Amino acid sequence: MKLKTRPDEILFRVGTGVFGVIVIAAVLAIGWQLGWESRLSIREFGWQFWRTEIWDPVAGQFGARPFIWGTLYSSVLALLIATPVALGIAVYISELCPGWLQRPLVFLTELLAAIPSIVYGLWGMFVLVPFVRHLETGTPEWMRALPLFSGPPLGIGMLAAAIILSIMVIPFTSSIAREVLRAVPQAQREGAYALGATKWEAIRMALFYARTGIVGAVMLGFGRALGETMAVTMVIGNTPRVSASLFAPQYTMAAVIANEFTEAGDDLHLHALIEIGLVLFVMTLIINIISRAFIWSLGHQDRPRRRRGVLAQQTESV
Amino acid sequence: MKKVVYGALGIAALMGVTLAAQKVQINGGGATFPNPIYTKWFSEYNKLHPNVEINYQSQGSGFGIQQIIKRTVFFGATDGPMTQDQLLSAPGKIVHFPTVLGADVPVYNIPGVSQELKFSGPLLADIFLGKVTKWNDPAITKLNPGVNLPGSDIVVVHRSEGSGTTYIWVDYLSKVSPEWKKRVGVANSVSWPVGVGAKGNESVAGQVIQVPGSIGYVELIYALQNKIAYGSVQNMNGKFVKANVNSVTAAAASAAKQMPADFRVSITNAPGDDVYPISSFTWMLLYENAPDKAKAKVMVDFMKWALTDGQKYAGDLGYAPLPKAVVDMEMKTLATIKVQ
Amino acid sequence: MRNTWRRFLSQGIVVLCAGAVLLALVPLALVLFYVVAQGISSLNWAFFTHMPAPVGEVGGGMANAILGSLMVTGLAALGAIPIGVTAGIYAAEYRGTRVASAIRFAADTLNGVPSIVVGVFAYTVAVLPFHRFSALAGGCALGIMMLPLVVRTTEELLLLVPNTLREGALALGATRARAVFTVVVPAALPGIVTGVLLALARVSGETAPLLFTAFNNAFFTTDPRQPIATLTVQVYTYAIAPYQDWHRQAWAGALVLVTIVLTCSLLARFATARMERMQRGS
Repeated sequence: MKLKTRPDEILFRVGTGVFGVIVIAAVLAIGWQLGWESRLSIREFGWQFWRTEIWDPVAGQFGARPFIWGTLYSSVLALLIATPVALGIAVYISELCPGWLQRPLVFLTELLAAIPSIVYGLWGMFVLVPFVRHLETGTPEWMRALPLFSGPPLGIGMLAAAIILSIMVIPFTSSIAREVLRAVPQAQREGAYALGATKWEAIRMALFYARTGIVGAVMLGFGRALGETMAVTMVIGNTPRVSASLFAPQYTMAAVIANEFTEAGDDLHLHALIEIGLVLFVMTLIINIISRAFIWSLGHQDRPRRRRGVLAQQTESV
Repeated sequence: MKKVVYGALGIAALMGVTLAAQKVQINGGGATFPNPIYTKWFSEYNKLHPNVEINYQSQGSGFGIQQIIKRTVFFGATDGPMTQDQLLSAPGKIVHFPTVLGADVPVYNIPGVSQELKFSGPLLADIFLGKVTKWNDPAITKLNPGVNLPGSDIVVVHRSEGSGTTYIWVDYLSKVSPEWKKRVGVANSVSWPVGVGAKGNESVAGQVIQVPGSIGYVELIYALQNKIAYGSVQNMNGKFVKANVNSVTAAAASAAKQMPADFRVSITNAPGDDVYPISSFTWMLLYENAPDKAKAKVMVDFMKWALTDGQKYAGDLGYAPLPKAVVDMEMKTLATIKVQ
Repeated sequence: MRNTWRRFLSQGIVVLCAGAVLLALVPLALVLFYVVAQGISSLNWAFFTHMPAPVGEVGGGMANAILGSLMVTGLAALGAIPIGVTAGIYAAEYRGTRVASAIRFAADTLNGVPSIVVGVFAYTVAVLPFHRFSALAGGCALGIMMLPLVVRTTEELLLLVPNTLREGALALGATRARAVFTVVVPAALPGIVTGVLLALARVSGETAPLLFTAFNNAFFTTDPRQPIATLTVQVYTYAIAPYQDWHRQAWAGALVLVTIVLTCSLLARFATARMERMQRGS
């Protein structure tokens, strides 16, 4: 009897398959529930929801622009700080450091990822914020005049949130970048060295080879930053405002849900909050898909490549 | 495999034993305004009746109102009375019970200033509207001659979530500032023109302590327990009064005579020389006809204790006890709560 | 000339990368230092055995919160482990099929869902219909967060088991179920256990999903249908309050959290290292 049609095989397949379907159903259920429970807000405000700045529960006016601004601004800032550091770490661990140092360093970076976000929030509130306030009070007058640094030196605000987020994103991006760099065939590196490349030139070649994977790693870090709640809400100031200033207290999508959810006055308020949650869900979903596609494509670079630089050409022919 | 099964059975047995211990656990939540005295009450009541555990979580009045409507908590607590719409949206009749009297005070943190500041109603409205932005603004210095106020920015701290403490504050501001009434209005959660949001009375107090130049509003006890400076406010009769048990009790005196049957009344900006103008009742919310009659009976018994013996804890914690006339009215209303 | 510049640049980059490592280690050291320094003095017997004191009074502890965290994480595991492991088995054994790819995709998606969104979802399905906040609802939320980690770990480890083992078992006449459960899974078990341990450590540190599911409780309770205090939510509540005593306890709670997470991580590292040594030896 063929394996495929044996009764015990079918039983096994269906039996385990059911649990697999549960996992799939969970994702669908979350998407569905979020969409269903935000219908009032979607119907009422449509696309205007994302362009209006007024968030006024009293008047029943809900505009989510400050939250999406705060989320994107803080996440982009975090990326700007975290990406060079994370890539530097990834490069160091996978290419440069002595062998005995590899495992301890990997362990330490994973420790960064393991610290619960509430602990980061606690540390952020009592250690980082006073430090940032100190920094802000010390900014020279001419910088204060710029919109980027305007406003009273509170300590809490966009800058503190960006710093905390970047600390939390670094281990994510760096561990995936490390994996991605490991996938670069050793032959590529050896070829480069054979041609007389310096360490940096070989690394540059590896980074270039793995560029789609690196982009994927950065995007995953971005997705992580988008959804972070606790650490951000404890240091960002929780004020719905669109402001370019690093010193200004602002608000993110995740933070407003955490603060206002349990006492959303009327159904419209609640649905507006859930709509924000829905969009957050969709954003992270899209970023996840794209970044995994990038990382996956790295392992499948079989197609012939077009001419690029001399070095790349020469390494290809090796 | 066997170990797993026995382990699971063991846990189930343990849970069963605890369930059978005849304990009554009641969950409630809401206002942060009365949190210190409520937690004191529930702790003392638990000492008197060890099998009654009333779990109160202070998450803001908005939470208290919403979750009692959704029936995820057995009782709610709020300092902003429910609106007619909210009452109608509930699956049953909800009754308001005043429990204590308290006050919102303007707390501030100005480095170098240790004296007590005087505020008028319109001045507070202007600060929270963002019209007065520096501590040495003439409007402030006029009321406080002799105080060396710096030229630094005023940082306004308000609540980030739905709050009865906010309700009391904006209710008062609406009465003394027509501009506030028009621009912002009165509710548990408003659209603040300026300022930084903090969650709960606790967090507003925390922010004011940490941020130099800030001003916020908290229930009196939070200012007292954390030794934050708070100012006096000018009342309707023109006198500058600081919040304390006496000035808050004075505010309730006139209201007691005209208490509506459902106890929903505002006593901000009440007339009288000794009155502190930002005082308020705070209420507990109970269903008249809750499905769980055993819990309803426990809550009624607790309320009777809180309205009589419990009142003696009020003074130490900076709250004012209820006027006797109000307590008498409440006892009668308590009888309407169905306990079987 | 050009060679010296290239070599100089290369050295410079090496230094920068090493600098990046040090830069990242600075906040790690600072966070751990502050948590230990601020929290260690408050870790007394009272902290582990007492309930929270009434607001404003000094003293009290987090006994109920510590038990609560254990309970909620345990409930999460109770749901996530059976479902996750079995789903992972399917994804590994039927690799390449559409369902398996869908499972992997779903797991990756779940992994990326922000924790607050999971909390909102759990509130709508586990709190509202039952009209109560409960430890079970909290367990549901954390379980959803654990699921993808368990699925992926199981799948990856089962894929590492050589096919010869499977074929051997089947050749000896075992049913598919028997082959998988008595031969393949035990071969991958140490790794699966490690992965589960890491997943447990990760979710025990979550706060946002518990805010509106398990909620909080001033009393000690073992009833899963009641709201329950958890270490993470308690630390949050205390941190944003003004009371100095609460801040002190918040640091202590953070120290306990970090210790648990670090211990689990170390154990997992240790186990993985031992396994690799065993595999290399065989």
